[in-house]
Amino acid sequence: MASARAEILEWFVQRVTGAILAVCVLVHLAVIVYAVQGGVTSKEIVGRVGGSVPWLVFYSVFVVAVALHAPAGLRNILREHTSLGRRQTHWIMAAVCLVILWMGFRAVIGLYGLGA
Amino acid sequence: MSEQTITVDIWRGKEEGGFQTFQVPRLASQTVLDIVTYVQRNLDPGLSYRFACRVGVCGSCAMTVNGKPRWTCRTHVDKVAPETGSGGKLTIQPLKNLPVIRDLAVDMTEFFEKWTRAGGQFVPTKTRNDDFAEVSPNDPARKQASAGIECINCGVCYSACDTVAWLGDYLGPAALNRAWTLVNDARDGGQKARLQAVGGSSGCQSCHSHQSCHELCPKHLNPTASIAGLKRATVKAALKGDI
Repeated sequence: MASARAEILEWFVQRVTGAILAVCVLVHLAVIVYAVQGGVTSKEIVGRVGGSVPWLVFYSVFVVAVALHAPAGLRNILREHTSLGRRQTHWIMAAVCLVILWMGFRAVIGLYGLGA
Repeated sequence: MSEQTITVDIWRGKEEGGFQTFQVPRLASQTVLDIVTYVQRNLDPGLSYRFACRVGVCGSCAMTVNGKPRWTCRTHVDKVAPETGSGGKLTIQPLKNLPVIRDLAVDMTEFFEKWTRAGGQFVPTKTRNDDFAEVSPNDPARKQASAGIECINCGVCYSACDTVAWLGDYLGPAALNRAWTLVNDARDGGQKARLQAVGGSSGCQSCHSHQSCHELCPKHLNPTASIAGLKRATVKAALKGDI
């Protein structure tokens, strides 16, 4: 039963990151709507967001939350709808987590760097 | 006066099998169990099914009626197959998510094994020489326990649960509901082992809160709420390092 604790905490992390993502997605969408209505160009957006430490922190939190939330959900789907056991999904989860972190931080750091 | 009849399709066989159609006299205040009993006593004595009390206490007569699991002794034909509407036709199958022994009788072994695996046994902390424990009926924990205590283990929730269908090792709503009543029992001494047993991917954390168990429970219990309570209790214990 040593894994019961890990499984419970994994579920908890997924719930907490889900709550964080709810806020992050709303902020992200609100900013998009605001930016589009203001008629700013992508160059102007990069000018405002790029090099900004608060936006760097915000999108870093966003990426980490996705990287923790999505693999846990994906694992549940795989376990419920394929014959894969929990142990077999460890590597799939780890790979998905790393891919999200790599892609996400590539974009976040890239955007920050454009304005720095 | 000509006798009114109802068309009844009944599952015959095991996992492999087919429906057999019967015409059964339609009577006032007739239950689905009355229908099955009529078929077995008058039309086909080889029909296998299970029942005992006939008054909604023993929990042994649950079957799938027109696609939904129900306790057949307290399910009126007029309610599930009104003469207008569905054409007054009944389709009766064994419970889902459990192996079929024959016809309408399922093997409940797995259901009760999971009940045991979830720590469904009361673990006493006192002996017969001690005084009675004083538990106020207004105590919040006791209220939580009392809300789920009337389960008759009919298996309706287990049969209705999508997660049970998807995950073979998932404990299911009845076992988890039972565990929740004991988690809230101040007299019980088996909490650590119980929370360990009900936590994790084969336990409460896998519940999707679809609430089919709540919707179809013949005793109007809410196993989804009990499972939500277990989710909170297991997380709290895991964060504290108790389990």
